[in-house]
Amino acid sequence: MKSLRIFSTRCGNGIFFAGLSILTLATAVLSLWIGSVKLSPALVFNVLIGRETDSVAARIILYSRLPRTCAAMLAGAALSISGVIIQTVLNNPLASPGVIGVNSGAGFTVALVCAIAPLAQQYTPLVAFFGALAGVFLVTILSQRTGASRMTVILAGVAISALFGAGIDTVVTLVPDAVSGITDFRIGGFTGVTMLQLAPAAGLILISLGITLSLSPQMDILALGSDTARSLGLSVSFVRFILLVLAAALAGAAVSFGGLIGFVGLIVPHTMRRFLGENSLPLLFSSALAGAFFVTICDLLARILFSPFELPVGILLAFAGGPFFLWLLFKQKGGRI
Amino acid sequence: MIQLRELSAGYFGNPIIRNITMEFAPGKVTVLLGPNGSGKSTLLKAALGLLPPMSGAVLYDGVDTRKLKRRQIAQKAAFLTQSRNTPSIQALRMVLHGRFPYLTYPRYYGRQDYAISRSALEATGSLQHENTNVSQLSGGQRQGVYLAMALAQDTLTVFMDEPTTYLDISHQFQLMQTAHSLSLDGKAVVLVLHDILLALREADCIGVLQEGRLVYFDKPDSVYQSGILEQVFQTSVHRMDTPHGTQYYCIPKET
Repeated sequence: MKSLRIFSTRCGNGIFFAGLSILTLATAVLSLWIGSVKLSPALVFNVLIGRETDSVAARIILYSRLPRTCAAMLAGAALSISGVIIQTVLNNPLASPGVIGVNSGAGFTVALVCAIAPLAQQYTPLVAFFGALAGVFLVTILSQRTGASRMTVILAGVAISALFGAGIDTVVTLVPDAVSGITDFRIGGFTGVTMLQLAPAAGLILISLGITLSLSPQMDILALGSDTARSLGLSVSFVRFILLVLAAALAGAAVSFGGLIGFVGLIVPHTMRRFLGENSLPLLFSSALAGAFFVTICDLLARILFSPFELPVGILLAFAGGPFFLWLLFKQKGGRI
Repeated sequence: MIQLRELSAGYFGNPIIRNITMEFAPGKVTVLLGPNGSGKSTLLKAALGLLPPMSGAVLYDGVDTRKLKRRQIAQKAAFLTQSRNTPSIQALRMVLHGRFPYLTYPRYYGRQDYAISRSALEATGSLQHENTNVSQLSGGQRQGVYLAMALAQDTLTVFMDEPTTYLDISHQFQLMQTAHSLSLDGKAVVLVLHDILLALREADCIGVLQEGRLVYFDKPDSVYQSGILEQVFQTSVHRMDTPHGTQYYCIPKET
């Protein structure tokens, strides 16, 4: 893969990361500041440092915009990292949690549990995790037991994704109120997310993120292909297993509060590969940052474009991400991946 | 030293190689020859412990591989695979991964690893590519980098599965020369080749495989004299004295 790799030197990497961090942080601040109710930057600052807690403005920020911003950043980072992991483990650039049925697996179990036991909502991240796990292992076992080609794996993933999707639709049709707590569940969105709902998922995401980063040397070796990796002394099946569990935890946690947010897990890792090459540690770091940035800015746009009406963030993700990704793909002659 | 003792191995319960006993001597270039499907690659994988023995054993310095950890095996035998991934990373970074078996937590490559990797790149004539992205190198240059990764692993035995297959003639010669200089350094170099002539000219020992069995294992001259190649490959192999020494050539077998 030929890439844009303007940032191939260590110093260039530093500038790239600094830029990306500033961009992500700035977007987060913007997302707290801008909305259908106009607030001054000073007010936002005062609320954040706890100097103002009682006014209407404070409540808007603390109970609406802050959880939303956190949700967008966490979901973006989690799905992007999940995408990097799945692409590395399956050794397949076409894979992502959305494509191979990990997201819809999580979505299905969440919808099912919401329908059967509406009071068990605090367990949604855990439930979503098991759904995602089912999705990821179904695809992996199918692909490894049969020695299927990369294309077959993707097609199997699409089939599994469709199955779980039909499951979600069945649940939602039979029990229309099942996922009312998570609006825009099918498209993905963060309307009405609360800190209480977010906390367990956030914990799961941060822990998984940490473990994934610590496994980056093993991911580098795994990316060399399984025979080479094993001849270098890596316990390939064990590392694969751990990584897939992490991918499921990350995607599942994001789905538990954000619904079926597609696309991020596919395009963010790819974009970062083009910029930075494929060393796992910078790839993971930058994907987490860029994912958080991308979802947060799309969520911001979703809130203000047709204010006071809101769009589900999934729609914006596709509108903004689609053309950009196409441009990136076909920028080089032949659009080779 | 790696020894195979009455080794049988294969996939899904079907043995591909049967009852093979041989050893890979340090200081020698050993070439495995055989028609397609004769079990050459399977033999390499079994010798590397990538494929468990169905019966018999693989011994590393006298110890059964089943008693060794992956990491311990990786410190004794390196493997240049035939098919592999080409990640978009710098050549030096790729070669550094050859040091993975020696890393302990927190798994950062140190100064010594860099030094070993650079000299490995130098040994394969690839040092000028150290900062180039592997995905932008030509097939021959890339092979040099992969080989350097195997050398950085610093093992007594180096296995190569069809290392010359996609190389032009000058890169093929260069690779064989590297194989020789490694053997002169005291390493056991084991290659699977398809090119009978290259093997006869360059190898110190040749193992001939037919339908999963080792049918001959000796010096090139003896392998030639035995006529086993004609029988296994269904081809006439001859040699003649030329101004450039004894040269081998193949012609189709007359029917």
